[in-house]
Amino acid sequence: MGMTITEKILAAHCGRKAVEPGEFIMANVDFCMGNDITAPIAIKELEKYGLGVWDRERIALVPSHYVPAKDVKSAEMVKIMREYARKNGITHFFEIGQAGIDHILLPQKGLTVPGEVVIGADSHSCTYGGLGLFSTGVGSTDLAAVMATGRIWLKVPETIRFVYLGKPSGWVSAKDMILQVIGMCGVEGANYMAMEHVGEAIDALSVDSRLTLCNMAIEAGAKSGICAADSTAVEYVKARSKKTWTVYQGDPDAKVARTVEVDVAKLEPLVACHPLPDKVKTVREMGEMRVDQVFIGSCTNGRLEDLRVAAAILKGRKVSPNLRCIVIPATPEVMKGALKEGLIEIFMDAGATVNTSTCGPCLGGHTGVLAAGEKCVSTSNRNFVGRMGDPRSEVYLVSPAVAAATAVRGHVAHPDDVAGPYETVMGGK
Amino acid sequence: MAKVHRFGDNVDTDQIIPAKYLVTTDAAELAKGCMEPIDPDFPKKVHQGDVIVAGRNFGCGSSREHAPLAIKGCGVACVVAKSFARIYLRNSINIGLPALECPEAAEALEGGEEVTVDPAAGTITLKGGATFKARPLPEFVMGIVAAGGLMPFVKAQVARKGAGS
Repeated sequence: MGMTITEKILAAHCGRKAVEPGEFIMANVDFCMGNDITAPIAIKELEKYGLGVWDRERIALVPSHYVPAKDVKSAEMVKIMREYARKNGITHFFEIGQAGIDHILLPQKGLTVPGEVVIGADSHSCTYGGLGLFSTGVGSTDLAAVMATGRIWLKVPETIRFVYLGKPSGWVSAKDMILQVIGMCGVEGANYMAMEHVGEAIDALSVDSRLTLCNMAIEAGAKSGICAADSTAVEYVKARSKKTWTVYQGDPDAKVARTVEVDVAKLEPLVACHPLPDKVKTVREMGEMRVDQVFIGSCTNGRLEDLRVAAAILKGRKVSPNLRCIVIPATPEVMKGALKEGLIEIFMDAGATVNTSTCGPCLGGHTGVLAAGEKCVSTSNRNFVGRMGDPRSEVYLVSPAVAAATAVRGHVAHPDDVAGPYETVMGGK
Repeated sequence: MAKVHRFGDNVDTDQIIPAKYLVTTDAAELAKGCMEPIDPDFPKKVHQGDVIVAGRNFGCGSSREHAPLAIKGCGVACVVAKSFARIYLRNSINIGLPALECPEAAEALEGGEEVTVDPAAGTITLKGGATFKARPLPEFVMGIVAAGGLMPFVKAQVARKGAGS
């Protein structure tokens, strides 16, 4: 019996020829990450138990959520990380100015490469699977154990395979593909499983889009998401990484829990409605819902590719006077790219505000928190009750194209209706 | 006897402890915001040793360990649910807060009942009534529970390795 790509990577990381779903293994970890929410608890645990670090070059500490510090308490959290990094010589501590949203920063810096096992103390650590590696989110104590030993206990997940047939039309993006999948599975439909994405539509996606696709695996309850590395992925890491990598392919006869076919050609721009990521409707089904805020950013859609699409729709247009639009480039690299390409000017001319890199509004943290009764159309990944602010506020998850079209119209809008066909605006796919 | 506090399906970590409380690592401090979006009075209602009973997919969403820490900080002795989200379950076990998967108990208990819970045996007994048996945790995971959480487990591992070399 063959193995899936996930089983092959995990077997290689516990010194075995083969592993099977359901087995408990102690896996060797290649790289781990903690942020300003999760790392301070891990550091406290390590110090409490008198444990040192396993490898100071294979730990990233990324201030990402409450940065620049929003108040005294959040400044204290980053201070704990900074002082710990200095004391222990942690190579990859990112100071404000170099930091940004953890899950966009690490692949950009070449710190996550194909074939690895990466553990991140943040639920969206499944993002890195877009580069053909096993990656999952854990809590702080699990991170502490990895920082101390370089190992983690894992149950080998079953695989649920998504086969994407056809090519996406018009403004349909990787975000719509993953919203469709979560709508099909439900918020616990892939619980504990690896979501494997295959098919011609995946082969045609950029690395940025694959990272978007894998980012939301956790929203279906999955342990991980993965797209096998191909020449697109290898080109990406070649340009960015000094690490060595291994390209794994699943065996054709590998057993999977189930296979789900997604007809990409039939997809339309989608919206995941308040208060669950699986409450998916098409933009056309939304009617003219009033919107108070549009947020373009987050670890799901805060990359340059996302900002290009949003800017193409906002160019020469104005943000509706009925709402405010917040744009947050995810990292300094994205910000510099957006400046160079003139995107920041387009956003500002349209009347949007552009903020420094942070997770901020996505988790109702800062720089865009919602008041009672407000509705936000957001390119982020979660819309549970109170996610972006007051428990009576609502969040609707969309692609950057739908977010930008909504910002112009003042209600949820199809990009076709605001800017015209994708091919005319963006010049083909 | 412990009192049952009942919650529904898909209670995510943003509801267990909203992000605005994530600027501390102190369980007693976190307890003040526990379950705020669903029931702002929960920290006042709950007493030492009480039990949370919930529906499916308890603890879905973010990886914040502050969620089980806040629950533990409230004095809750154990969470019983139809099912748990993966990261929450790991976190809960890692910090030594028992999590019992027991759909039958979650179906039968409506909140306000008095129960006795034995996390080691995996039993939930209704006062003067039925006893429910939770799904047993895998043996490997029971080793972490027996050690008192992940860090004592890891500390012992590191000590053994050190002694051997």
